[in-house]
Amino acid sequence: MAADFTPADLVRVARLARLDLTPEEQDLFARQLAEFLAYARQVQDVETRNVPPTSHPTGAACPVRDDLVRPSIERDAVLASAPEADAAAGLFKVPRVLG
Amino acid sequence: MAPFERIADITGAIRSGRASAVEVCRTFLDRIHQHDAGLHAFLTVTADAALARAADLDRRRAEWNGMALLGVPVALKDNICTQGVATTAGSKLLEGYKPPYQATVVERLLAAGAVLVGKTNCDEFAMGSSTENSAFGLTRNPWALDRTPGGSSGGSAAAVAARMVPAALGSDTGGSIRQPAALCGVVGVKPTYGRVSRYGLIAFASSLDQIGTFAATVPDAALALKAIAGHDPRDATSSPDDVPDYLESLTGNIRALRIGVPRALLTAGADPEVMGAFERALARLAHEGATIADVALPHGGLAVAVYYLIATAEASSNLSRFDGVRYGYRTPHADSLGTMYDRTRDEGFGAEVKRRIMLGTYVLSAGYYEAYYRKAQQVRTLIRRDYDAAFETVDVIAMPTSPTPAFPLGERVGDPLKMYLADVFTIGANLAGLPAVSVPCGLTAGRLPVGLQFTARAMDDATALRAADACERISAFELPPSNAY
Repeated sequence: MAADFTPADLVRVARLARLDLTPEEQDLFARQLAEFLAYARQVQDVETRNVPPTSHPTGAACPVRDDLVRPSIERDAVLASAPEADAAAGLFKVPRVLG
Repeated sequence: MAPFERIADITGAIRSGRASAVEVCRTFLDRIHQHDAGLHAFLTVTADAALARAADLDRRRAEWNGMALLGVPVALKDNICTQGVATTAGSKLLEGYKPPYQATVVERLLAAGAVLVGKTNCDEFAMGSSTENSAFGLTRNPWALDRTPGGSSGGSAAAVAARMVPAALGSDTGGSIRQPAALCGVVGVKPTYGRVSRYGLIAFASSLDQIGTFAATVPDAALALKAIAGHDPRDATSSPDDVPDYLESLTGNIRALRIGVPRALLTAGADPEVMGAFERALARLAHEGATIADVALPHGGLAVAVYYLIATAEASSNLSRFDGVRYGYRTPHADSLGTMYDRTRDEGFGAEVKRRIMLGTYVLSAGYYEAYYRKAQQVRTLIRRDYDAAFETVDVIAMPTSPTPAFPLGERVGDPLKMYLADVFTIGANLAGLPAVSVPCGLTAGRLPVGLQFTARAMDDATALRAADACERISAFELPPSNAY
């Protein structure tokens, strides 16, 4: 049985999820996630010994293909969608990483 | 009746020369112009491109053979990538995004002769059951403007219900095609997992997502499904099995059909008027020769909890790609890379998406994975086995699609758990990967549509469609919502 969802859990999870939540969002989500997890307790009460997990509904094996070089989407077309890019250099741009 | 009501009317008129594809396109663009200001089913209407495409079809007469959707206007849920046409998934984070590639279903619709007229509103990243989670405003139900069309594909459902398009595509992860189809009085098809390529569908929960069709009638929804179904090497989950001719399976004959009804699950709280319409439809089906039998889905009551544990986990992973680097929105308020990620995501995502990313991240995190995520996957196996056992004695399983008719806008926005429970009857088909079709079966006293859902064995979409078609033929269902449409 998992423990209750705490405000400390919320801060930890927001960090993992890369979300800079406002204090109002933190309060709201802490309450709503605790409520859902209480509802989801019923799942933990089910006897599942020797039951394999289903990660995928078809059960089919993952298909493989030959690893061939093929045409893809043009680089410039991809860069055109980026919020900031240096099309001439062929680069996405992000804020400075190193001082 | 309005002209061009059915797909066959449209393709027949064009082939025989009674109408041009341009005339058909203008008719539907006029309807969009007339009705969409009040409904807001569309986020983008590509009127000029649609007319140019229709004119092109009119000129290319030599290519008409084999075009099953010749000149048929189609709308697409806005989480399906359209090359050069804005694709937002209802999210501020993707505002203005124009994909550099076409989804496979779009390529197939175009190959079949369809004319794309626009992109429809949806809950952000397909997360919701009312279309109220769109960053670009809500959509209204054509049957009652103060009510939700359902969701998450509410725009596609409303567009078909108001006869602004004869067919539309949506995506269904936990009921997002069938529930809005039911609430808007149209047909919605969630095909077998793997039947339709998802290449170019903006991913929400990859073990559950499936693209499917909306139309006013079962034959039209089947025709559109045939056009988009089939193997695609670009989607590793797509099935190599041949696609049957779904129209041929719509025989109207249900004499030997065994229909299972999970009575114990239905007592869990469907609206009495919904149950009334459902029972009357079952009686008509029995009168046509179908056998009605009780079946057990013992773990069906756990489906909502299992689904929201699994779907949010997958979503937290899929949505990690939205980081302000490669597409969409980037915060102007960041001077370091880490802050840029965190603020872009907090500013770009809406509340429901953040709530689900948080829940999914939590259930996958160290110390909780076994107790929540893996446990949910095990119960998912039990739910699949329930269906397998039921299908040993019946051919289809019938349930109301939604426990309630269309609910008032705003009613559930502040209560996520109540919103999630709207999916109680639709989620099972996603967890088990099965085909399911929602067909209108009646109206409440307040003139709101009720949908009946048929679920069938994996890859037996044809039988779900045959049952729905038979139900449609014998239903006293009036279409469309009012003379206004």
